[in-house]
Amino acid sequence: MDLIFEKSRPGRTAGGIPVCDVPEIALDQVIEQRLLREDVDLPEVAEVDLIRHYTTLSRRNFGVDVGFYPLGSCTMKYNPKINEDVARLPGFTALHPLAPAEFAQGDMRMMYELQGFLSEIFGMADFTLQPAAGAHGELTGVMMMKKYFETRGDDRRRILIPDAAHGTNPATGALCGFQTVTVRSNAEGGVDMDHLRELMTGDAVGLMLTNPNTLGLFERNIEGVSDIVHSRGGLLYCDGANANAFMGKTRAGDLGFDVIQLNLHKTFSTPHGCGGPGSGPVGVSDKLVDYLPVPRIVKDGDRYAWSEDFPDTIGRVRAFYGNFNVMVKAYAYIRSLGPDGLRKVSEVAVLNANYLKEKLKPYFDLAYDRTCMHECVFTGHRQVRESGVHTSDIAKRLLDYGYHPPTIYFPMIVPEAIMIEPNETESLETLDAFCDVMIAIAREAREEPEKVKSAPLTTPVRRLDEVRAAREPDVCWKG
Amino acid sequence: MAKPNPTDRKYSKEHEWALDHGDGTATVGITDYAQEMLTDIVFVELPPVGKKVEQTAPLAVVESVKSVSDVFAPVGGEVIAVNLPLESRPELINQDAFGEGWIVKLKMDNPAELDGLMAAAAYDALIREEKH
Repeated sequence: MDLIFEKSRPGRTAGGIPVCDVPEIALDQVIEQRLLREDVDLPEVAEVDLIRHYTTLSRRNFGVDVGFYPLGSCTMKYNPKINEDVARLPGFTALHPLAPAEFAQGDMRMMYELQGFLSEIFGMADFTLQPAAGAHGELTGVMMMKKYFETRGDDRRRILIPDAAHGTNPATGALCGFQTVTVRSNAEGGVDMDHLRELMTGDAVGLMLTNPNTLGLFERNIEGVSDIVHSRGGLLYCDGANANAFMGKTRAGDLGFDVIQLNLHKTFSTPHGCGGPGSGPVGVSDKLVDYLPVPRIVKDGDRYAWSEDFPDTIGRVRAFYGNFNVMVKAYAYIRSLGPDGLRKVSEVAVLNANYLKEKLKPYFDLAYDRTCMHECVFTGHRQVRESGVHTSDIAKRLLDYGYHPPTIYFPMIVPEAIMIEPNETESLETLDAFCDVMIAIAREAREEPEKVKSAPLTTPVRRLDEVRAAREPDVCWKG
Repeated sequence: MAKPNPTDRKYSKEHEWALDHGDGTATVGITDYAQEMLTDIVFVELPPVGKKVEQTAPLAVVESVKSVSDVFAPVGGEVIAVNLPLESRPELINQDAFGEGWIVKLKMDNPAELDGLMAAAAYDALIREEKH
């Protein structure tokens, strides 16, 4: 289809401006000449052309409101519309960010209660809602760990991170000035305990562990991991990216974690990725409560107030109090489901992933053949060996069948990885239909490999030249 | 399919090669198997000349359409030359990983570290195992 620039005709507009009733002044009299450009070349179109152009584009978009999305919560799970309704209540949307506390009591109560709910669900002493997204939550969490050691005069320099970790973990450690050290995974996809014992010395601040990990596997030795880290004076950090797998079943605090960051879009169904800002609340154990960012909400009788009176705090990590609108949606999700509903979310997410894993197991090799949590990781090994079809080809072929592909080539310790996370919202029929397509592609890979290798065949654009796009990035339409 | 691994050099578990020049220096790159796993390389971050690295420490970074990976030093030493053409033509690694796609030259701290690396036959066996 044409670009909006190609639909442009000189002088065409989408609206009329009234005749000027004040004296006109030449632009260069009010704006410096060097700041003026003649060649901006903005598109000039009528309103109806504008609407048709963008409506057509939006119909080519694929989202979770259109179809099944095996990328799972990593990108975004389904956002229940009640969240949006609640977030649009005027008491939330009409709140001025500088409104004094006494005029924002209801909003402060919502935040205070959300902190309390999260503390209860994850077994932590307290939570901060300030961080703007998950990775920012990681940074906030590790800054608190750093401060904990600093106040003790303990000059530890290293932080341990498993090889299956999200890339943000080592980035966070490095940003906080620590040397990151990689802990190996064992044969069943968990932490290699001997390696952890060897690396967890008095010079390490602790371990950043994702549980369940990025392979979708629960760390079976979590108590042993916690003992090793704590016995050397370290702290145990939980990357809560996969917290949607264990809500109501176990609690990070009970497993020995001292810090956990959550990604509200993953666990609590808020929008994410072009759908709105993120939010990465961080929970801490008693050991770290003093270091939480300020201002914190304090409750005095029935009144809520801001307090900065926490001398050991790491300070402020975000303007105002974080992405408020996202918190409202998470609050609505928690209140509409309740404790039993949240537990059920995790149960069904895990059940769905295991159903899919068992059904696809005869057709694709599993990276680790054991009961998974909310996601399962296959490898395209067999397809590469049998017919030279790679995971990226399988992903492209899914587009022809009308599905968004799952996460591929992550985690990096699994070659040709295909990571599928169906989420709790999907019905048996949806899962079966997706499995049928995956099985059909496995058959095509064997019998008609060229078809899979040249996919997608039916999309508006065929396979894009990713290599050239990366080597010679050029986003200009012309010139 | 991957090219045969030349027998004139040593290999690390992390898929780097080191070619000993016999004068205390060695040329370092990644193997053809490594470039095949990475697929099309789109960017190479070279270290500054003069940088000192210990054995197994990150030496350079290669980015492909699939992932970003560290290149680890197969032996410790000081960087005495880098393959500048890689900055504009990263595909040299895809085309000729054992030759024109070399990454750095090191003045080795301890050439005996080479003894701890694999010969071509042992490396052949390692990648055969990884493939299955």
